[in-house]
Amino acid sequence: MIYFDQVSKLYNGGQAALDKVTLSIAPKEFISIVGHSGAGKTTLLKMLLAEETPSQGGVFFESTDIHGLTKLDLNNFRRRIGTVFQDFRLLPNKTAYENIAFAMEASGRTDEEIHSDVPHVLELVDLGDKMWHFPRELSGGERQRVAIARAIVNQPDIVIADEPTGNLDPINTYEIVQILKKINDLGTMVVLTTHNKGVVDSVGGRVITMDNGRIIRDDKKGKYAL
Amino acid sequence: MTWVNLKRIIKSGFVSFWRNNVVSFASILVMTMTLFVLGSILFVGATLDASLNQIRDKVDINVYFVTEAPEEDILALKRSLESLSEVASVEYVSREQALERFRSRHENDQLTLQALDELGENPLGANLNIKAKETSQYEGIAEFLGNESALSTVDDIPIIDKVNYFQNKNAIDKLSEIIDSSETFSLIIIAILVIASVIITFNTIRLAIYTSKDEISVMKLVGASNSYIRGPFVFEGIMYGIVSALITLILFYPLTIWLGPLTENFFSDINLFDYYVDKFSKIFFIILGSGVLLGAVSSYLAVRKYLKK
Repeated sequence: MIYFDQVSKLYNGGQAALDKVTLSIAPKEFISIVGHSGAGKTTLLKMLLAEETPSQGGVFFESTDIHGLTKLDLNNFRRRIGTVFQDFRLLPNKTAYENIAFAMEASGRTDEEIHSDVPHVLELVDLGDKMWHFPRELSGGERQRVAIARAIVNQPDIVIADEPTGNLDPINTYEIVQILKKINDLGTMVVLTTHNKGVVDSVGGRVITMDNGRIIRDDKKGKYAL
Repeated sequence: MTWVNLKRIIKSGFVSFWRNNVVSFASILVMTMTLFVLGSILFVGATLDASLNQIRDKVDINVYFVTEAPEEDILALKRSLESLSEVASVEYVSREQALERFRSRHENDQLTLQALDELGENPLGANLNIKAKETSQYEGIAEFLGNESALSTVDDIPIIDKVNYFQNKNAIDKLSEIIDSSETFSLIIIAILVIASVIITFNTIRLAIYTSKDEISVMKLVGASNSYIRGPFVFEGIMYGIVSALITLILFYPLTIWLGPLTENFFSDINLFDYYVDKFSKIFFIILGSGVLLGAVSSYLAVRKYLKK
């Protein structure tokens, strides 16, 4: 479903953030990408979100080169991806409900769908009682759960989670991992980057290890091995 | 864009305007100052216009006729002058009126009045008072009168005794220069003020939107289209413009009440409060239109920068 074909990314100084990365990810797969800071994990995800363009090679989604998409098609493509970030990236002046509703509005969903789906998805992440809270009124774990709810509300094909537990305590980390596993069990591909050995080991899926912009290990049932 | 999207954009812009109260307050403050400068320019322009018109009104040409000049010849010359495109008005002052005016001007000067009575007849000729549309046109009118003077004669004596333009030429030229320079200078000042104010407002709104650049990137990541992202910001900019315009218009009310009598005393022809009331609809649309345009365009350009990334 996703295929990175010899993807390289060179920045101005000539330094390679990605160096001829070839990777394929099947539907419904849960993969964890691990590596030291600067290994190229975030650049890899940015390529998948078409936030960065490759210097060489191509990224394909269902056989379509995502960097060749028109603006309109790119918007439609991004609506099929849910993203979760370490720093949550919630809209600060919108409530939990409005943050999730915004993602639905952007996808062209109707008001009726929004009114029925948003409370439901907030219940799923156990925040039904905090839907009118602003991000500043929520704890780190709660914010991340709102971000996950926003990521899954449009029933995406892929959920990308970039260090989602980086700012969380162990209890919240555990809860977030459980939610991501549940999302994957329901048939959504999850691409996770992390530094956290406990997270990788508890997921127990495919583990890709990166170093200096290259994939140095790809284990089907891997463990954190850095 | 669908009606649903438009409704969502307006709602989102309004909510954001209300919730980002500190940023909204700062933007409105700066935009109010800009619109205040713009409105002040309107008032200064009106005052300057009135003052220059007053000066223009003081400039004229008087054509003095010999006492023997027949009235019908003078009136024929008046008609010829009135047919000139440069001439704004021509006033005929008969010999009798000239005498009457002379007497009233010298009513406290018994010696002069006594001397006048001793003459036994009216020594004053009729005259024409000519006002041109522009001060620079007096020279052309004077030239016309020069030619007419050669043609209009009684017993080979020209009926025109004197045209005072040639005595006042230097003063008229100087006044024309002052009026032209004042207009050019005020235009330059207005342009500088408008440009500076627009730049300041644009930068304030750009700064306000800069604080939302992360939000814009999140909106892009959830697949929102550029117009859907841009819409609320542009609407917010329009709201800044509307609120600032209303504040500015309210501020001008007490200010013109206070300044009205002052300007009336100083410039005699214009009371700023009367001008504000008379021209309110025009000022309202200029201020409101400028505010809305400035807010919308500034927001549009500021967001565009982050949408390109």
